Amino acid sequence: MSKYIATRAMRGANALVTEAELMLDKALAEKGPDTKVSFPNTAYYLPTILAMTGQQVETLGQLQTALEHARGLLHPLPSENKWTPYLGETLDSGMATLFAAETIEAIRFVYGLQPEPLPGFHLAGGTSYGSANGDGHLNGPIDDIQLRSWGIQLVDGRMPGFAAIVGCAKSNAVAVKIVRELQKRNILTFLCGNVNGRSIIHQLQEEGVELGYDTYTVPFGTDTISAIYPLGFAARSGLTFGGLKPAMAREILMYNRERVFAFVLALGEVDDLKYAAAAGAINFGFPVIADTVIPEILPTGVTTYEHVVSMPFDQIEGKDDLERAERLVQKCIEIRGVKVKVSSVDVPVPYGSAFEGEVVRKADLRIEFGGKYSRCFEYLHMASSEEVVDGKIEVVGKGFEEIPAQGSMDIGIVVKVAGRNMQTDFEPVLERQIHYFVNGASGIQHVGQRDIAWIRVSSAAAEKGFNLEHFGKILHARFHEDFGAIVDKVSVTIYTEPAKVAEWLEKARVAYDFRNKRLADLTDDRVEEFYSCTLCQSFAPNHVCVVSPQRLGLCGAYNWLDCKASFSINPTGPNQPIKLGKSVDYLKGYWEGTNDYAKIGSHGVVQEVAMYSIMENPMTACGCFECIVMLVPEANGVMVLSREDTSMTPAGMTFSTLAGVAGGGLQTPGVMGVGKFYLASPKFISAEGGFKRVVWMSSVLKETMAEEFKVVCEREGDPDLLAKIADEREVTTVEQLLAWLEQHNHPALALPPMF
Amino acid sequence: MPTKRTAQQQSVDPAAQEMLIRAEELGIGTAFTRADDMAPCNIGAAGMCCKQCDMGPCRLTKEGQVGVCGATIDTIQARNLVRAIAAGSAAHSDHGRDMAFTLKAVANHEAEGYIIRDVAKLRIVASHYAIPIEGRSPEEIANDLADLYIAQFGQQKGEVAPVIRAPQKRLQLWRERGVVPRGIDREVVEALHRTHIGDDQDAEHILQHAIRTGLADGWGGSMIATDISDILFGTPAPVLGQANLGVLKDDMVNVVVHGHEPTLSQMIVAASQDPEIIAYAKAAGAKGVQLSGICCTANEILIRQGIPAAGNFLHQELAIMTGSVEAMVVDVQCIMQALVDLAKNFHTKIITTSPKVRITGATHIEFDEHKALTIAKHILKEAIDNYKNRGKTHIPQIKEDLIPGFSHEYINYMLGGSYRASFRPLNDAIMSGRIRGVAAIVGCNNPRSQQDYLHNYVVKELLKQDVLIVQTGCGAIASAKLGLMLGEAGLTEVGPGLREICETIGIPPVLHMGSCVDNTRILTVLTQVVAEGGLGDDIDQVPAVGLAPEWMSEKALAIAAYCVASGAYVIFGGSSPVGGMPDRVSDSDKVLHYISEGWEKLYGGKLEFIPDPDEMIKATLAHVDKKRAALGLPVYDPAKFGRSGDARMLELEMLPVAERRQAIYGTAAD
Repeated sequence: MSKYIATRAMRGANALVTEAELMLDKALAEKGPDTKVSFPNTAYYLPTILAMTGQQVETLGQLQTALEHARGLLHPLPSENKWTPYLGETLDSGMATLFAAETIEAIRFVYGLQPEPLPGFHLAGGTSYGSANGDGHLNGPIDDIQLRSWGIQLVDGRMPGFAAIVGCAKSNAVAVKIVRELQKRNILTFLCGNVNGRSIIHQLQEEGVELGYDTYTVPFGTDTISAIYPLGFAARSGLTFGGLKPAMAREILMYNRERVFAFVLALGEVDDLKYAAAAGAINFGFPVIADTVIPEILPTGVTTYEHVVSMPFDQIEGKDDLERAERLVQKCIEIRGVKVKVSSVDVPVPYGSAFEGEVVRKADLRIEFGGKYSRCFEYLHMASSEEVVDGKIEVVGKGFEEIPAQGSMDIGIVVKVAGRNMQTDFEPVLERQIHYFVNGASGIQHVGQRDIAWIRVSSAAAEKGFNLEHFGKILHARFHEDFGAIVDKVSVTIYTEPAKVAEWLEKARVAYDFRNKRLADLTDDRVEEFYSCTLCQSFAPNHVCVVSPQRLGLCGAYNWLDCKASFSINPTGPNQPIKLGKSVDYLKGYWEGTNDYAKIGSHGVVQEVAMYSIMENPMTACGCFECIVMLVPEANGVMVLSREDTSMTPAGMTFSTLAGVAGGGLQTPGVMGVGKFYLASPKFISAEGGFKRVVWMSSVLKETMAEEFKVVCEREGDPDLLAKIADEREVTTVEQLLAWLEQHNHPALALPPMF
Repeated sequence: MPTKRTAQQQSVDPAAQEMLIRAEELGIGTAFTRADDMAPCNIGAAGMCCKQCDMGPCRLTKEGQVGVCGATIDTIQARNLVRAIAAGSAAHSDHGRDMAFTLKAVANHEAEGYIIRDVAKLRIVASHYAIPIEGRSPEEIANDLADLYIAQFGQQKGEVAPVIRAPQKRLQLWRERGVVPRGIDREVVEALHRTHIGDDQDAEHILQHAIRTGLADGWGGSMIATDISDILFGTPAPVLGQANLGVLKDDMVNVVVHGHEPTLSQMIVAASQDPEIIAYAKAAGAKGVQLSGICCTANEILIRQGIPAAGNFLHQELAIMTGSVEAMVVDVQCIMQALVDLAKNFHTKIITTSPKVRITGATHIEFDEHKALTIAKHILKEAIDNYKNRGKTHIPQIKEDLIPGFSHEYINYMLGGSYRASFRPLNDAIMSGRIRGVAAIVGCNNPRSQQDYLHNYVVKELLKQDVLIVQTGCGAIASAKLGLMLGEAGLTEVGPGLREICETIGIPPVLHMGSCVDNTRILTVLTQVVAEGGLGDDIDQVPAVGLAPEWMSEKALAIAAYCVASGAYVIFGGSSPVGGMPDRVSDSDKVLHYISEGWEKLYGGKLEFIPDPDEMIKATLAHVDKKRAALGLPVYDPAKFGRSGDARMLELEMLPVAERRQAIYGTAAD
């Protein structure tokens, strides 16, 4: 800090803590100390207060303790002359600011003032508030569901960091440019604060920029106080993925410094409160960059690189404001040490993973391929090197220029790859990437795969000149970039000519069929090695996934073939073959090789791992699992809870609360985090009897996995099994569950005791 | 011929100069004039005189000459040196012992007026030694810790407990070299035994024990003293204080505490604020009691309560000559016998308090920690009663503010606050080169040099070279008097990189870490710097130097020994007590070289004597640069740094509103 910053931050902290105290006094008088306070869908109470102090705030009355703590961290301002040191004192004041801000937001929830209303605003994906559908309000805090679903992207580098923007950009155009630049780099962007009442959220809203989880942008609130939400998100990341416990304040802050690449970008005037909140952020190791003149703090230590950097916007070199905005973003990335992989894809629209979630609505539609009115398929196959001309992109048939707006046409995307290390087994692995690659283009929406693919191109993208050939350019560039180790040459042919589409679709279907059989044949007992996956160790240091053909990674993103391909791409990377060696217990799934690996991979935390059991040495989880499987002792079975399900379960806990038990890289018999496709595997808790043990399951899983489960039920010899499994629509308590099982004659009741 | 110096040549401190001129006018001698009159014995100064037995004293001034017993020059020098170190260790450690007994008495509620003020530190210290802390009262823990610490003095075998707090690698090295102290008293006794006539007569072997005796001080007695002082009186944190003779008050009863121990002085601090005492002082016609300190007793109450320091070692006589001091209350160490005779010229009472220290002609009021507050009040009343005898006063109106109180605990806090406290920012600053290196400039005043001159010159020059300075003892007070212990000095008196660090943290560029016994705080800081990572895995790899430019006491030599043993390069000013006369007697500088190159090979640290301040600075910078290079750190380049800070902001804030907005926030677009 400098004395200037220290003075302003301490003043801001003193003021906010006082404000919080006054608000709390008022709320206590009006609502009473027993009034419940909480943030939506989180198991972490008020997360910053929980993480830093261990206090589980559930009522207004308990907030008094939190504020007493905050007040104890305040200090008198540095004197004009002959001052005593202020750095430690400023950081403490910053922490007090965060406690006060979280208290204020909690009280606002009590009064219905959060999430912040904003008329005319629509969230493109966000925290759900009962029946509210994202219209007319900002996001408020990020819920645990989203935190976990972003987990894998955080750890595999797809989402290299976070930007917390506070304030208001110089102009709407600059606001859009800054956000686009961040999106292009897949940096998750948090928006809050204002300058004289005007927020970057207003600016982006006016410019029609889609804001929400789907576009990697989260509008928290238009005041500085809402900046507590991203910090609560950061605090939770240490609890969710880092295996850290509440009150391990220092460890949680250090976790953020080492692993969470976030920075604060202050746009416009920095007032006392912003200085105070920035001091709070610096505790997490997050540097602060301002686009105005503020004192710079360049020495390092609390943060990894510079603490506070000033880049007065007008003084940034550049031919215009847009170029200056770009430079500003580049500087932010450099200061936090964010490792960004920028895809240089030669298309006329912005490109990056942040655009993956963009939706193209009917009204904005230029053309669609697939869906209800046409067919779209994708097929990737390998060929010999001589057969592939790298970079050749061919459109066979007409473009979409002649199709009227909002029309549709048939299309086939055929990708031919060659490479010395390429294997037939990798074809489906690469083919599945087409979804992500195409989705990365702004204004293009991709859904599905194989012959059920569905692509939409927006009018805006078409106006910018996006055409069919660009699909080829995207795929060529991205396959080289991401899979360069196994792919030497890539060519793409786009078929629109109906005869050719039909001809290639036939060929593709033969291949799909072949691959299905291959996958069906690919069982655990037919391979000699499984793969480790330590991708998440950057976040969950002691967790290790063992991925087998019949048990994919708990994040759902990595199956055995993916791991095998990943190993070929990077032989020293996070996916290493585990030689199975001697089978120790075939039923429970113990091998010498997997046990040995568990010890090494978990750094001694886990001694043994059973591949097929939930009751004995179950596999650990990081925090980004798709579902939780949990023993219901009374029912002699397990329940399966989707992370998308926020309702109450017979276990008496919601997903968020249960996730705390399942994650963090620790073995908890009776609880596992898994990928949802593992549920359909014959090896799903086969040691305990398999799928027949499922007595309760989130309805969302029943619906989205209906086809897979149909096969499973038949395999289990009980075609009606799925209907016998209860869900949250009918059953939310153990009593109800037992009644349901009796009534439906569920097979679990007749199975041997689970323990 | 003895030379006679002017007041300006005797001290660079204008307050001291004023008083020295007054001494001259009054015809009163001081240590300064006595030093002028007393030429040092050149044979003794070179360490070539042996008076260990009655066959001598033997003065070895000729080539090939040996003592009556056959002792060679190097044996004699090594024996003299180890005896000095043993005396220094004994002084510090005996101070530590008294602290340990006080802690024991406090734990058993037998010490009037004392409480355990820093329970957190008590728990941390106790947990170093696996003393159970959970679910126990502070008194129970303190009782165990006191027993453990008391036992360190008489322990006969094994290792003194605090050495486990050293870096692992260092402790291993000590074990390999056979220098881990077994018991504090045992090493001192053995030093005396070994140097008796006809004992250890191998210089290197004697000097190995010098290291062990020094370690018994630094990682033994002194460390115990600091720990317990903090536990009983509070771990220092920054506080505003003042230094120099101007702190004495014309209209108040001036009581100066002088010496080294905090036990009595802390109680006098408490008593001086007692309404009973204030009323008593008012009844005597004074506005109250103005307490101030000299030497390290001053430092002890300065770093904790901000009680002003009237000055350092050489100010003890000058303070009395102001005619304003009703009582000078002394305990142990560095108290000149001259005070008593000098005080006869004024009304000042010299009150000795330690059972170990009496001075002929002084008033003795013996201190006993069991009745501390009562005794403190008694002493203050004596002083107040003396107020009526005060004659004309002559107080130089010179004083300076300072911010002392940089315990290693606070340094840790100041670098990251309650939640992120660590040494990382300091290590980063050294690694980046914003801080070129760290110098601990400590030690005494010596009237043979110009008072404070060497301290101040070296400090000021090193600051310009971006060397962060930590100080204790009389050296610290020298910088305080100069205003270098203020945040402001961190903006104007330093190089660009160090300025950034000072401004970031809000610290003065010179950190006052306490009394001379508190040099162990520096050992702890160095240990923590090593533990933080990035600056090697042992203290000898850290770009740091220890200096004592104006040393004079045996304690300084003990400190030098434990610093060397801990891996530090130690530079002393003045002359070497083992310098020999190499121009007259060949090989009479063998010991001089051995404690430099010889010790460096064994411990990574070395002790050298460099009288010229420019050479001292050169050697310091060469050393830190050498250590930087060995660590693979970037070459120091001040041009790279200096952009941080408030200057630009403050400049813009001076502009008229419209221009200011434009300059700070830029042109608004929409």
